Amino acid sequence: MSNMDKAFFIEKCKTIRCLIMEGIASIGSGHIGGCLSCVEALTVLRYKLMQGLDPKDPHKEGRDRLVISKGHAGPTMYAILADQGYYPMEWITTLNRLNTNLPSHTDMNHTPGIDMTAGSLGQGIACAVGLAYGSKLKKDGATIYCLVGDGESQEGEVWEAAHIAAAKGLSNLICMTDYNKLQIDGTVEEVSGLAPLGEKWKAFNWNVYDVDGHDTDAIEAAVAQAKKDGAENGRPSMIILNTIKGKGVSFAEAKGAACHHFAITQEEFEIAKKEIMG
Amino acid sequence: MYENLNMNDTFATILLDMMEKDDRIVVLEADLGSAHRTLRVRAKYPDRFFDCGIAEQAMVSVAGGLSAYGFIPVASTFTPFMARRACDQITISCLYAQQNVKLFGSDPGITAETNGGTHMSMEDIGVIRSIPNVVMTEPVDNTMMAKLMPQIIEYKGTVYTRMQRKIHVDPIFKDTDEIDLFKAFKMRDGKDISIFANSISVQDAKIAAEELAKEGIDVDLIEVHTIKPLDKDALIASAKKTGAVVTCENSNVVGGFYSAVLEAMNEGDCRVPVTPIGVQDHFGEVGFVPGLKEKYHMTAADIIAAAKATIAKK
Repeated sequence: MSNMDKAFFIEKCKTIRCLIMEGIASIGSGHIGGCLSCVEALTVLRYKLMQGLDPKDPHKEGRDRLVISKGHAGPTMYAILADQGYYPMEWITTLNRLNTNLPSHTDMNHTPGIDMTAGSLGQGIACAVGLAYGSKLKKDGATIYCLVGDGESQEGEVWEAAHIAAAKGLSNLICMTDYNKLQIDGTVEEVSGLAPLGEKWKAFNWNVYDVDGHDTDAIEAAVAQAKKDGAENGRPSMIILNTIKGKGVSFAEAKGAACHHFAITQEEFEIAKKEIMG
Repeated sequence: MYENLNMNDTFATILLDMMEKDDRIVVLEADLGSAHRTLRVRAKYPDRFFDCGIAEQAMVSVAGGLSAYGFIPVASTFTPFMARRACDQITISCLYAQQNVKLFGSDPGITAETNGGTHMSMEDIGVIRSIPNVVMTEPVDNTMMAKLMPQIIEYKGTVYTRMQRKIHVDPIFKDTDEIDLFKAFKMRDGKDISIFANSISVQDAKIAAEELAKEGIDVDLIEVHTIKPLDKDALIASAKKTGAVVTCENSNVVGGFYSAVLEAMNEGDCRVPVTPIGVQDHFGEVGFVPGLKEKYHMTAADIIAAAKATIAKK
């Protein structure tokens, strides 16, 4: 990736973080930590790696798809989709208000550009398996991406999906774990440890890549490698994004597990915005 | 033409026929392709047969994903592992997500026979019908299965179909019968009491109506294959005409068909005595259908006694 691209993503991620905070501040509270931790991954996917996207035709046949299995990261997608012109920017401050098109958890029937409804943890990745098999049947060459939470990976359905995807050779399925290592009740390790997470996915016959989840170059390189390896060995891929929950907003990061969902005032939003824009 | 088949054979035969005409149909199993005879699908259309292994929750979500990709997934497993285990996936990946998934729960109620209590989903009607927008139906015999299958596939939305595997009723419906997915089927016109029946109970209700006729009691017998949405107009008109109702079902009456009928009658300001025949809030157990019907008081004789007692309450 060129330096210009790197600069583009640094600036774009600032914009997205501000929009996330603006939306959540407008309703007064939300899933701030896990929305901020996946900004780089979703930004590099939506602005560069995913093919066939068209804001004027969100249901375009053959497009790459993205399932937010950790559906509570909806506000990250809403920021990106607004910035990409899928709907007016004014929608951002309708987050979670009655009759909004931007509900807390991603909903394909409300938000243009959302490919699958998810949020009941464990289901999104299994839906992504269905999308990936559908793409194979249609032979349309699409890649199906899916973002999974680390806490979510305690759900049994995640591992049912992991088993099925490998058994069916879904090399067109590229998943990412937002490994911020925190969940509602504490650290992932103290609640119900996942380590060694990468080894678990390897044992399920997935290609596994471990990257800095805030480094867009590293994410892009891992996706390229996953496509190459998948084409050769027929396996689905898991990119483990080592991330920081609340990334970019120091008072969020400092909260630890409590940054999963918390209240925020307009004043705090202004402080966060200043810090993000740096 | 399906008279000599078990219902699983009828299911697979019609499915294969429809798959030939519609390449959007994909069949999903959770290691019960043998039980549902869909291994015939695997043999003919290996790419359109997706065996998830014993992972029913993921199977239902995978079906939601396939639907979102434009396919018509047909996913089957035993009723408890569909309605009970995968309830959240049916709710969210299928119905909340507004997908077009065809779910088949086999061995409903006491037809699970010697698989016993763990495999008898007495609660599935109550569980499934409380999910918004779902269509829930159950063909009574093979002829009805053959007539309902194309309607189930053609309907755009998620349908939950209860399905016997073996056949536990004699042939009841004729090829010439007009069977509509959304309409109850009037089997007998009467003025003294209404009997609303579905599943394997239709056969017992039919026998009961014939016996009651010999005693001069005239039964208005309605077969109600689709429990949601309920053909309320037909049921309320019948109940208002006769002034007494017996409901017959192969499931728990708590939350089940009986409850659905009571809700409809209340909505329709139709306050007449109603007696439920069905499983009276029990778990299942091992046995065969005739013995289990006796144990749970679901025989024709039980229906006759219930009818007389209900008429007496008018």
